[in-house]
Amino acid sequence: MNFQSSSKQDFKVVGTRVARPDGVDKVTGRALYGADFNVPGCQVGLILRSPHAHARIDNIDTSEALALPGVKAVVTSADWGVPEDEGLRDVQDNCLARGKVLYDGHAVAAVAAKDMVTARAALKLIRVDYTPLPHVTDVDEAMKPDAPVVQEARADESVPEGSGPNVTHYCEFGHGDLDAGFAKADTVIERSFTTAATHQGYIEPHACVASYGNDGKADLWCTTQGQYLVRDLCAGIMGMEGSQLRVTPSEIGGGFGGKTTVFIEPVALALSRKAGRPVKIVMSRVDVFRATGPTVSSSMDVRIGMTKDGRITAGEAKLRYQGGAFPCGTVDMGAQAAFAAYDMEAVRTRGWNALTNRPKEAAYRAPGAPMAIYAVESVVDELCQQLELDPLDVRLKNAADAGTKASYGVTFDQIGLRATLEAAKEHAHYHAPLGENQGRGLSCGFWFNFGGNTSVSLAINADGTASVTEGNPDIGGSRASISMMAAEELGIPYDKVRTFITDTGSLGQNDVTDGSRVTFAVGLATIKAARAAIQVMCARAAKIWGIDEDAVIWEDGAAKPSGPNAGDFEPMTLAEIAAISSETGGPIAGHHEVNAEGAGVSFGVHLADVEVDPETGATTVLRYTVFQDAGKAVHPDYVEGQMQGGAAQGIGWALNEEYIYDEDGRLQNAGFLDYRIPVASDLPAIDTVILEIPNPGHPYGVRGVGETPIVPPLAALSNAVSRAVGVRLHELPMSPPKILKAIMAQG
Amino acid sequence: MQYMKPQTAAEVSDILARSEGAARILGGGTDLLVQMRSGMIEPETIVDIKHLDGIRDITSEDGGLRIGAAVSGQRLGEHEGAKALWPGVVEACELIGSTQIQGRCTMVGNLCNGGPAADSVPAMIAAAAVVRIEGPDGPRDCPAEDFVTGPGKTVLGKGEFVSSVFLPARPKAASDAYLRFIPRTEMDIAVASAGVNIELADDGTIKSARVAIGAVGPRVILVPDAADAIIGSKLEDPAIAALVRACEAASSPIDDKRGTAEFRTTVVGVLAKRAARIAMTRAGENQ
Amino acid sequence: MKNIHVSTVLNGDETEFVCAPEETLLDALRGRLGMTGAKEGCGTGDCGACTVEMDGRLVCSCLVLGAEAEGAEIKTVEGMAVGEGLHPLQQAFIDHAALQCGICTPGILVAAKTLLERNPDPTDTEVRYWLAGNLCRCTGYDKIIKAVQIAAADMRGA
Repeated sequence: MNFQSSSKQDFKVVGTRVARPDGVDKVTGRALYGADFNVPGCQVGLILRSPHAHARIDNIDTSEALALPGVKAVVTSADWGVPEDEGLRDVQDNCLARGKVLYDGHAVAAVAAKDMVTARAALKLIRVDYTPLPHVTDVDEAMKPDAPVVQEARADESVPEGSGPNVTHYCEFGHGDLDAGFAKADTVIERSFTTAATHQGYIEPHACVASYGNDGKADLWCTTQGQYLVRDLCAGIMGMEGSQLRVTPSEIGGGFGGKTTVFIEPVALALSRKAGRPVKIVMSRVDVFRATGPTVSSSMDVRIGMTKDGRITAGEAKLRYQGGAFPCGTVDMGAQAAFAAYDMEAVRTRGWNALTNRPKEAAYRAPGAPMAIYAVESVVDELCQQLELDPLDVRLKNAADAGTKASYGVTFDQIGLRATLEAAKEHAHYHAPLGENQGRGLSCGFWFNFGGNTSVSLAINADGTASVTEGNPDIGGSRASISMMAAEELGIPYDKVRTFITDTGSLGQNDVTDGSRVTFAVGLATIKAARAAIQVMCARAAKIWGIDEDAVIWEDGAAKPSGPNAGDFEPMTLAEIAAISSETGGPIAGHHEVNAEGAGVSFGVHLADVEVDPETGATTVLRYTVFQDAGKAVHPDYVEGQMQGGAAQGIGWALNEEYIYDEDGRLQNAGFLDYRIPVASDLPAIDTVILEIPNPGHPYGVRGVGETPIVPPLAALSNAVSRAVGVRLHELPMSPPKILKAIMAQG
Repeated sequence: MQYMKPQTAAEVSDILARSEGAARILGGGTDLLVQMRSGMIEPETIVDIKHLDGIRDITSEDGGLRIGAAVSGQRLGEHEGAKALWPGVVEACELIGSTQIQGRCTMVGNLCNGGPAADSVPAMIAAAAVVRIEGPDGPRDCPAEDFVTGPGKTVLGKGEFVSSVFLPARPKAASDAYLRFIPRTEMDIAVASAGVNIELADDGTIKSARVAIGAVGPRVILVPDAADAIIGSKLEDPAIAALVRACEAASSPIDDKRGTAEFRTTVVGVLAKRAARIAMTRAGENQ
Repeated sequence: MKNIHVSTVLNGDETEFVCAPEETLLDALRGRLGMTGAKEGCGTGDCGACTVEMDGRLVCSCLVLGAEAEGAEIKTVEGMAVGEGLHPLQQAFIDHAALQCGICTPGILVAAKTLLERNPDPTDTEVRYWLAGNLCRCTGYDKIIKAVQIAAADMRGA
């Protein structure tokens, strides 16, 4: 059964718009999220956080807090060892500061108490002596040789000699002769850009319940994108063996990358161990903003050369990212993604990461790519304006295609960029007239897509139904798409399959729900697990019929003799085989474990129309259309949902969302009031066009779709606003004061 | 902490007077509970005033309307009489927060919070609203423009609280309007705001006007120069330019997370201009 | 700290609970009554995930004291479906993919239900402004608005 060779074309279940299995639970309030889980005797855990952007911790006195009646435990970083592994140590130090606090909101100590009132009172009784230190929050400032040093000696081997003390990482990608390329250009434009840090903005705050038994075994229930990662990190920090910690994920109320690490989970375990009781920690919204990971902020220079007829001759990008107070490799992905949409003879991207006194970066949907591509797509658009060229024609002329050597080294297989560009060009949106103060912008977007470690188990139940067990929290409807692929493969109706997301004790390793990997990788493993079960069912039929196993095929949900020579037997359906399985050899199941490869990159193109109020700088998004290659859209509604949701997040990033720090390095807008994510009335309908250019790496041609759509809105909006007001903007977010200032500056 | 539900104004005054500042009035609670949650305040006593007689009522009085301190924004917006009489005040009050906040928030709470960006306050001041204060010595009245003395500070003395706001009778050929600027379309605090109240003479020129601006200084202020700039005009360009200049001149904003001083100063003029035009049109329709 | 006894009507049933004076209605619903349909996304009235109906008006239950529920009629998402059937809004949200993670869904459903009771035939813009206090980070709102309109049409036809 080699399914790699050709992609399946005719589908019965895949591609339909079935109801999601978690739908009724979620519309009735029955679904249980992180904070909805309780166990008897649970103590309330609360975390004390740093009021300083950067300070040495001279002493922590917890005695008064411990003496307060009702307080069961107080923990600090002294309750843990110091892991040898640098990455694990950074995660731990982010959960509870060791020696220094590195940002406003950095956790310092935690209490467990009988109720919230007592826990609050106890926090106030913890005395922390700080010596404030100079701080830095801006990436360009942090890069300087004389900048305040956030952490000593954290540069990795990539960092060139003579870099500033906060530079931890350097990367370089590209090919060809840049000088020769620029020499061929008729016009060269070089611009500098900045983007603010943005937060994933999931509506559900982090929450967990930890129960540590005095036998050293523990249970942890939490909202996460990856229970296995939570287990591995917590076990490492707690000095436990992985098998002794069971992590069970709740329904997850949004993650977008932000729930791919731990913040409170090890703290709850430490409190529970010390208190001898279960402990629940629920983060406040303020703490979510101050102390969980936003994305990086950036400062970038981009130079691109173009001929009069729109051929890009060379491109260069310098990306400076800060990912907070710990080393961060996100700039690698930005530097690789920056020019991915273009087939270029000469391209070079360089990236630097610098430490700042900000919270540790966490992944945010296509981490690193949106800002880099924003800068590139802004310069391409300005070149189009200067050379009076159609921006879609220029993209088509330079579009990467199958066989293109990408700027980051790989050679693309089948990709959907050209198809999405052509679809955009043919779409009515691109040809609709614009009024006064209105502008249209477009941008390409790209994401690598991940595969990764995946384990799936599929049981054929005696009643003719199937249960799929997988280990990736469902953040966008994946239980539906996994069930659909299982049903498709088994040849049974969708409603005969139910997919469960399990705890860490029930399956082999599963990488985090990230990188747009789940529908691809878990889908692939599910199909293979189904095929394993089918093989068993065929064998059972062969046994019943007394023919050779190889003479049985599986078709339309039934085992059949492969041809007249194999014998003349009525097909046996899955239900018929399952019903007598105990008499033919016992339960029937299939499983598959894989480190999936072949995820297949994803491209999209967004069109945005805006109107800018010339007297206030306020931007209204009038019309928005997303074009994206989904490989194969397993559930088109949920693919559209990803495209629309990503676009909305990108629009927020472009217009209003930003982390704002004051001179003291304190976060000024740690709440949904002033961290302004789009509300319903801010957005127009978001139209979607799904292209299906099959990914050869998946049996059904599936590509990940979740991340690419956050990439194009930044430049699409910036290009639209710049065209509407007649002046180029180089800074995100394009909040009204910035736009008005730009308008007034041009007179 | 204790929660109290007094039935009379005298009881409220008494609790407030005895509590030495550790008591807080609960009307709609949309500011109070946020402040409690953030730890900004830790009141010993919560005084829920919603059980006082008439506190949730809108009543006609001398051709005007008395709005009880516990009348929610949504309820005011449903009151046809209020909308007809002072559309600018009603639209300002309806801009406070979301639909959910509208179900609870009150104009009086918005005023007593003492914030310079309070949406209903410029409109109230432009409308020459009068604040009814109850206290140990009985009721007293205070013009809305004098009520707030600084950020978070009001004229309320020991044992005093606001029981209602009076929106006066409106002459014929008069109307008002309120506009604010926010970065999004909803859910934000005003970055600049303007309330304009206009009365027209028989010849269609502006006979009298009141202009109040918000979020451009430590408190919402009445700008007589802005009113003078348009009195006698039909909002021709020079009058509008003078109005804009007067509003800009009266502004003393700061840079903060919601906007720059420069932006606020520019935009407050734009809003005053646009609000004046809306009020003018409405006044014309009332002729 | 002395707890307060509160008598209320919750989803049509007479219900009693005790709560601390500073406890919010949201905490009382979730912690005292086990009704976890209303969610806490912010605790400051900015996200709408805790939306419930109180005496016919939408409120953020995080900005109401539990004690204020005395004598009030409270409706939550748990009361929307009757018997085996879902409310047309609930059905439309499932059928038209108007939810992803679902954390905002209870608040949005309660808010949308109140809207349609007041205005059975709203424009898209009216729906968008009515729901502006209900943050959703997953969907971009598009399918939510469409589902509300489909349910509205369905309810008008019924």
